[in-house]
Amino acid sequence: MAPDTPLPETPEPGVSEIERYLAAQQSKSLLRFITCGSVDDGKSTLIGRLLYDSKMLFEDQLATLEADSRKVGTQGGDLDFALLVDGLSAEREQGITIDVAYRFFNTDRRKFIVADTPGHEQYTRNMVTGASTADLAIILIDARKGVLPQTRRHSFLVSLLGIRKIVLAVNKMDLMGYDQAVFDRVVAEYRAFARQLDLTDIQAIPLSALKGDNVTTLTDAMPWYQGPTLIGHLETVEVADLRASQPFRLPVQWVNRPNLDFRGYAGTIAAGTVRPGDRIRVLPSGQESRVARIVTHDGDLPLAVAGQSVTLTLTDEIDISRGDILSTLDEAAEAADQMEATLVWMSEAPLLPGRPYILKLGTKSVPATVATLKHKINVNTLEQLATKTLGLNEVGLATLSLDQAIAFDVYRNNRDTGGFILIDRLTNETVAAGLIRSAIVRTVPWQVLDVDRRARSQMKGQRPRVLWFTGLSGAGKSTIANLVEKKLHAHGRHTMLLDGDNVRHGLNRDLGFTDADRVENIRRVAEVSKLMVDAGLIVLVSFISPYRAERRMARELLGPGEFLEVFVDTPLAVAEGRDVKGLYAKARAGKIPNFTGIDSPYEPPESPDVRIDTQAMTAEQAANHIFTLLSRFDEDADLVDGAAI
Amino acid sequence: MTDRVIDVKDAAVLDSIIQPPSPLPVSLAGPLSAPRLTHLQRLEAESIHILREVVAETQNPVMLYSIGKDSAVMLHLAMKAFYPAKPPFPLLHVDTTWKFREMIAFRDQRAVDLGLDLLVYTNPEGLARGIGPFTHGSAIHTQVMKTEALKQALDRYGFDAAFGGARRDEEKSRAKERIFSFRNEQHRWDPKNQRPELWQLYNARKNKGESIRVFPLSNWTELDIWEYIYLENIPIVPLYFAAERPVVERDGALIMVDDDRLPMKPGETPQMRRVRFRTLGCYPLTGAIDSDADSLPAIIREMLLARTSERQGRVIDRDGGASMEQKKQEGYF
Ligand SMILES: Nc1nc2c(ncn2[C@@H]2O[C@H](COP(=O)(O)OP(=O)(O)OP(=O)(O)O)[C@@H](O)[C@H]2O)c(=O)[nH]1
Ligand SMILES: [Mg+2]
Repeated sequence: MAPDTPLPETPEPGVSEIERYLAAQQSKSLLRFITCGSVDDGKSTLIGRLLYDSKMLFEDQLATLEADSRKVGTQGGDLDFALLVDGLSAEREQGITIDVAYRFFNTDRRKFIVADTPGHEQYTRNMVTGASTADLAIILIDARKGVLPQTRRHSFLVSLLGIRKIVLAVNKMDLMGYDQAVFDRVVAEYRAFARQLDLTDIQAIPLSALKGDNVTTLTDAMPWYQGPTLIGHLETVEVADLRASQPFRLPVQWVNRPNLDFRGYAGTIAAGTVRPGDRIRVLPSGQESRVARIVTHDGDLPLAVAGQSVTLTLTDEIDISRGDILSTLDEAAEAADQMEATLVWMSEAPLLPGRPYILKLGTKSVPATVATLKHKINVNTLEQLATKTLGLNEVGLATLSLDQAIAFDVYRNNRDTGGFILIDRLTNETVAAGLIRSAIVRTVPWQVLDVDRRARSQMKGQRPRVLWFTGLSGAGKSTIANLVEKKLHAHGRHTMLLDGDNVRHGLNRDLGFTDADRVENIRRVAEVSKLMVDAGLIVLVSFISPYRAERRMARELLGPGEFLEVFVDTPLAVAEGRDVKGLYAKARAGKIPNFTGIDSPYEPPESPDVRIDTQAMTAEQAANHIFTLLSRFDEDADLVDGAAI
Repeated sequence: MTDRVIDVKDAAVLDSIIQPPSPLPVSLAGPLSAPRLTHLQRLEAESIHILREVVAETQNPVMLYSIGKDSAVMLHLAMKAFYPAKPPFPLLHVDTTWKFREMIAFRDQRAVDLGLDLLVYTNPEGLARGIGPFTHGSAIHTQVMKTEALKQALDRYGFDAAFGGARRDEEKSRAKERIFSFRNEQHRWDPKNQRPELWQLYNARKNKGESIRVFPLSNWTELDIWEYIYLENIPIVPLYFAAERPVVERDGALIMVDDDRLPMKPGETPQMRRVRFRTLGCYPLTGAIDSDADSLPAIIREMLLARTSERQGRVIDRDGGASMEQKKQEGYF
């Protein structure tokens, strides 16, 4: 609908009651909030109580609640309000919340969407999911227990995500004799912690979610409390949406081309307003144009504002695609390929610096690596600690480097253009939430070299590439790679062999065999190979390189056809049986930790360019096979681009 | 859960509430240069964003069109999202052969009016075996003709994303479901292992064999749906409006005699009653309610006074506490 959908400004005679009722509904504001805090503090009970007391339940739902409370409730047959919200069978069996529940209710003054989040540390990422779209957070504290580590963790995340309005609900006052001293003590303790997080807009309310005290009506049990009820506060608290007054941003979501005469850029306005005639800048390209029309199904609009999903046409034919951001001319979005960001890690598998992940921001997806981890944060003390990785639910500050420049804002200014997720390329899991703090402008531009790779390879008369041998320790990689190199050399090719053992003695002397070090090991070798390919060489890399992700990274560093993966396929039992260097025996005896195949995984290639079955052929045969294939690859490539080898 | 906006004992109280004594605080076309979006405008924009995101990020999406009011709204939003283009995906209706006849007529007319591709799929084995709610019971009927049929259709056409009109306010396990909800190769939902879903950012990347169910109406309530249908003038199946219809009363439910396949019990004769439906599905499994509401305002008014949820009319939801979650795990939409 257009924002100027005609609704009656004043009731005209003859307008039905329902129409007026609907108009009143439409003018109600919406508040999105979450409940959070430590395990068992009563979050779900409180939401259930809110739904119950605001008469949001139907008779059949009440009947179900009564039956469920008798069957699986925690209140000895009395109504267990948490069961209204904990809807998964696993949650009801265990009496805990596992994932966010979204519930909807409204009062005469406002509409509410509430996300009830889990208190268990294990499910923190689900709490973050709920918090990411909230305007306000109710932080619950069990009056008996005071501020707990999870209270601090959740408060920290709430502050990080930019939620500024806090309700501190001191719950279970019924179990502490409704004692004011208890309430005052908890509030003082919490405020002291919250100050360090810049959380200052705090309304503290003493409650009993179970009994309903101060939820929708003020209780007689705590006459010393003079403040509002919870619902009274939620109905009136001001949450300003500042997005409409910020500079215009539209992340292009979809290019709409129904026919040759129409080219529209569809997207949801992330900030500001736009009118036909407005001058805009496209980022990251920097091109300028002017808005021609704001097209919607309901007709063209004279004005569109933050939050609306629209389609714009421009006065110029310029190249714009999904992921670009249209913005105001003067206060344009940032564009960079490096940035500093806070990461909230959400995967069981730890962050590996150097490993390429997919970064999705707005409508743009681009490969990105964590270049450096500056520190991680102890959520209890807020101390900054040095670290090489982030584990599940850890928060740290990192610099990221992207495959290409993208457009964005800092998160503080806009969560839709400043927040991103990282996606693992193999599992497709969402592994992290990221909040951009600043762009890092590259100070040293790439040198444009006149003598380039092409010039160098032409002089050598060969097509430079990498032959990447992967396989278990003792599979025969080095033996075969050596033979291939000899053959190439005999045919006048310029080659270089990088062997795991050699490189680990020099360049990678500082690395061990942890997951993170293995990734770094391969990253360096891949980068060195790339430099050598730039130098025009045929590079033979002989590394166990156990992880697909890193081999893929190496492949992507190089140009198409420049990376050939050779899988030296020897089953573990056979390699271990041969045990040329006696390493397997040592590993089995526990003398070498993290040994590939024994206590560290090997991920075989899914579709190698060449597969060598060492049980079916000798090393000499394998080398011949590879050499022949290589010549054929070169011929094919020559056919494609006509380059001389 | 469905919103009960007001706790009222009877219509008189409602009438007094909905006649505000002072002028309405409508601020839509107010003097502000940047108008505040209404609640429904926000919901609409969010849904359109989701629809476009799926089209941009998946290869072969489809919209599951169940002909009901939620589908009507979802389809309307799709027309908006891609305007002036047509929605770049087909509609799929899984036909159990037991839908109300008026639904089928309405479905075919809508597809023609909007110029959209409509695929209709029926489980051929189920059809051959003559599966039906009376001969095999509602559970087997739903399993074979709905759940299995849907899986077959998605596999057969190779759809990797399917839009569904489900809302989080409908049921307690739906309240827990992400907007982008993943299904494994067997179309199973794993409620304990859902991907984080932050801001408006959806990770649509799937593993081999996985598919996605996408729910653009997740944050709408039943009342929102009706208000929107009213404000936007969206066509809906006439069965939602009260009319004289032949029904029989069974286990407290009013079942409409839509064709001659409904077996009469001894002594049972259809009687004409003024009824309407709050949800639509297979006619033998969908209970009508007595009602005089023959216009949208009247329906909304009735909704505000309702004491039971819309799901109560659905026969399949009644078996056991975690039943919907279980069905979803087995591949029910
Ligand atoms: N006496 C008393 N008990 C309460 C109160 N609020 C909650 N409880 C009880 O505390 C227990 C935990 O309540 P839940 O609502 O499940 O707690 P939660 O914070 O949602 O827990 P998680 O979501 O698992 O972190 C239940 O047995 C509740 O009945 C209260 O105000 N007073
Ligand atoms: Mg809970």
